[in-house]
Amino acid sequence: MFKGMIHKKTALALVAILLVMLILPHMIPRFYVYLIASILVMALLAMSLNLVVGFGGLFQFHHGVFFGVGAYAVALLLTKTTLPKWICFISAPFVAALAGLIIGLICIRLSKLYFAMIQISLGSLLWALAFRWYGFTGGDDGIHGIPIPSAMSGVSNSYYFILIIFVLCIIALFFILKSPFGSTLQAARDNAQRCEAIGVFVKRHQLFGIIIASFFAGVAGVLFVVLEGSVFPDLLFWVLSLEILIMCLLGGWFTFAGPIIGAALMLSLRTFIGIHTEYWTLILGIILALLIFFLPQGVWGYFQEKWTLRKEAVAERGQ
Amino acid sequence: MLRVDNLINSFGDFKAVDGANLTVKEGEIVAVIGPNGAGKTTLFNLITGHLRPDSGRISFKGEDISGLPPYTICKKGIARSFQLLNIFPRLTVFENVQVAVLSQHNRSLNLFSPARNMLIEETNRILENVGLLDKAHEIAGAFSHGDQKILEIAIALGNEPEFLILDEPTAGMSPEETTATMGLVKRLTVEQGLTLLFCEHDIDIVFSTADRIMVMQQGKTISEGTPDEVRQNEQVQQAYIGGD
Repeated sequence: MFKGMIHKKTALALVAILLVMLILPHMIPRFYVYLIASILVMALLAMSLNLVVGFGGLFQFHHGVFFGVGAYAVALLLTKTTLPKWICFISAPFVAALAGLIIGLICIRLSKLYFAMIQISLGSLLWALAFRWYGFTGGDDGIHGIPIPSAMSGVSNSYYFILIIFVLCIIALFFILKSPFGSTLQAARDNAQRCEAIGVFVKRHQLFGIIIASFFAGVAGVLFVVLEGSVFPDLLFWVLSLEILIMCLLGGWFTFAGPIIGAALMLSLRTFIGIHTEYWTLILGIILALLIFFLPQGVWGYFQEKWTLRKEAVAERGQ
Repeated sequence: MLRVDNLINSFGDFKAVDGANLTVKEGEIVAVIGPNGAGKTTLFNLITGHLRPDSGRISFKGEDISGLPPYTICKKGIARSFQLLNIFPRLTVFENVQVAVLSQHNRSLNLFSPARNMLIEETNRILENVGLLDKAHEIAGAFSHGDQKILEIAIALGNEPEFLILDEPTAGMSPEETTATMGLVKRLTVEQGLTLLFCEHDIDIVFSTADRIMVMQQGKTISEGTPDEVRQNEQVQQAYIGGD
């Protein structure tokens, strides 16, 4: 199934990384296991965003909303209903996808910055709803002590659960990107007018992209609840959407793995510099400014370019 | 096959197309000529649905297609190239054409099977036909201008059209490239039984290639006929050929 899609060496490296990650909880302090788990959650969220931003070329400026909707959905289902727990977990991403459909249907009529503005407005509406509706969502307190099945609770168990779901999701995202749907989505990003001229209903295609991205954002939301056991309105706030946008930018827009690097960089910065100063965003700002000047294609994009150049040089020498 | 009746389209107060008429029969090569700003590109955009006409009628194979969206019109068998470069710059040459082939085979929404193994033969056949097969895996945006124009045509062929519209296929090309490209276009038209509608600035090319010619001026059709008829038309001589 993977034949010809990734190099043998890359595949081996990935398996090695996965093996290391599987034994990690036995080797490092719990705090770092927790940090890696939160990086995985954010990385999945950033990758789902990159599907529509980097590969779809859409101004998805309030993607965090779908993350929040997924998290709130599973939290509310677990605390307010008596449904079997697995149904709660599985249905939350679909709720997020539904939110993607509704918000997407409205946004897709507009383009570029207008798309972004209306999305931020609609998203803020949901945030206000979660923030104010004390009776249902807990208001600004959020919901705490969400009952998580014991198989997934605790740092180590939740880490394994998150790792498994994360791996499954990025494999799915990888396939979607390499599928006809994915290449058409990229074609629509490159040139929407031309894409319509070859018979693609571009807006509908992009709407599907938003729904898929929302679904995976919803999965990330569920993983967040598994890790933290609580939800709060900040999950729906636009600051989070901005942060994941920066993660994509840091890692590299047009690369598949870029957002993972971006999420890792950003959360590490916040954790390790945040210990010393509350002004860690100042350092983030400086790094971002330098990055835009020197590595406009992002960290991962930069290395990818280097590797391609080296491979070409080797190939030329070989001839 | 294609009929355009008294088509009018305006941008604000400016009437870009103001009474255009055109008939194209199956298997014909028809050229649209006229000075800059005569409304040729606007006419093409109206036919392919990128613009909506204010009034008038466009029918294709007897069916009214005026005002339909571009993706629907494309599926009816009309493909086009654009005057300004209009490719997918970040995709490879192969992917550029494949996207069109995928769309033609209604596979665009397929989510879980790898695209790289799909419709390879069809895509390669088109690339071979236009002579781009050896460059299939280069990034299209890095191509020379001439090759990108050829790629434009290849993308249009990806939709297996019956009716092909080329908007200045040789714009910006050297004389050698121009000759080669028009040779290619002619060969493709014959081989694939296409009906061709194109516009072009080079009058020599137009008169040597087209079966019939339609002349536009200030949005109006001022003459339509065989190259000889058009050449002898006084209005055309005044407005266009003898005008400069």
